[in-house]
Amino acid sequence: MFPAAFDYSAPTSLEEVLRTLAERGDDAKVLAGGQSLIPLLKLRFATPAIVVDIGRVPGLDGVSRENGSLRIGARTRHAEVEAAPDLRGKLDALLDAAPQISDPLIRNMGTVGGSICHADPAGDWGAVMLALGAEFVVRSASGERRLPADGFFQGPFTTGLRADEVLTEVRIPLPAGRAGGTYLKMERKIGDFATVAVAVHLTLGDDDHIAKAGIGLCAVGPNSIKATAAEAALVGQAPSEAVIAEAARLAGEAAEPKDDLRGTAAYKRDVVRVFVQRGLRTAIQRATGARS
Amino acid sequence: MKMTFNVNGTSRSEEAEPRTLLVDYIRTKLRLTGTHIGCDTSNCGACTVLLDGRPVKSCTVLAAQVEGRSVTTVEGLAKGGVLHPVQQGFHTEHGLQCGYCTPGMMLVGAALLERNPAPSEEDIRWAISGNICRCTGYMNIVKAIRKAAETAAAAAAEPAGVA
Repeated sequence: MFPAAFDYSAPTSLEEVLRTLAERGDDAKVLAGGQSLIPLLKLRFATPAIVVDIGRVPGLDGVSRENGSLRIGARTRHAEVEAAPDLRGKLDALLDAAPQISDPLIRNMGTVGGSICHADPAGDWGAVMLALGAEFVVRSASGERRLPADGFFQGPFTTGLRADEVLTEVRIPLPAGRAGGTYLKMERKIGDFATVAVAVHLTLGDDDHIAKAGIGLCAVGPNSIKATAAEAALVGQAPSEAVIAEAARLAGEAAEPKDDLRGTAAYKRDVVRVFVQRGLRTAIQRATGARS
Repeated sequence: MKMTFNVNGTSRSEEAEPRTLLVDYIRTKLRLTGTHIGCDTSNCGACTVLLDGRPVKSCTVLAAQVEGRSVTTVEGLAKGGVLHPVQQGFHTEHGLQCGYCTPGMMLVGAALLERNPAPSEEDIRWAISGNICRCTGYMNIVKAIRKAAETAAAAAAEPAGVA
């Protein structure tokens, strides 16, 4: 298999990328690591007139802390997040998700920003970003916008990104107090898409009650899903098995799974419930254990 | 378009269409056929090459993406007619049957040992988890990479000048 012919542009500045996108709009497709786009090109599901490779644009890599938030450059490889130091006890869901994405070779090439913009309903980062309350910094020739993850994923492979925009970085608020979370994924084998995956992120207040809760669901709907009712059931509560069970039940209800080769809708909904339950227990354990 | 990058230590430059996949460029333009095409869907790892030292699946990389970078294929493992420790390991431990996955497995093994000279069995299994073998059941592949680590460690421990 090989892609349909396309024009190829590999700009060395963001300005040039934005100019090309402004000129070519829907005819252009941005290439970051290519681990989702190249399969689509080969299958000819995507036949863009021009591929804009952002591989040579400076300043799009790396994971760093800046002003109370974590900055992840859009072209940061999954493997770099996997190796990111000192996020344990802060952004556990991020650290737990990274090594579960596809396989080690894909993680050497595939990028965080590429995965987010591809918006596969079974993409791992979508659920994680929803749970962590991330914000996406996007640029176009007419300026910069900051789009919350909540609302960004609008349908299968559909996002709030305009055709002339490119994602440049992800911003995740760093929790000030005690925090815990995790990412639980069921897959048939390494490299497969998730049958179900769940991202959980909690912060505890000084009174030991849950101050913030984030729950993202993967592969159980037309897009990554934020389980808002389950989150609301947690905030302000003292952690208990009863609170966890109720939130898990609500998360199961928020899922919109379909029957497919990986399982029935009823089965997947129940896995969501069980994973949220387990994830919340782990999150609470980690948050309370992080107390100094 | 002209594409120029380093392959196994030598700068190579060929004309190719932008849509050319790295694996096709390597096999067809450079005639280096040790890099195999298996599934052609980034599942199997038969097409594994090292890009700046890290394993990637060359069926899912455009040749244009690696402009100016360094690629190592299985042909680049042996140096001066001497097998790489990983190749020697596969030989000694019989780490292959049909051999189709072997170039990819050896490159992943070599990249692992560069970063982690004394990997555990779990480290090895994790490293090869993106590469599929349909013959061996993986046992001898794991042994082969482990053997390579031991060989390399023993060679490093040997005092210089002692024959």
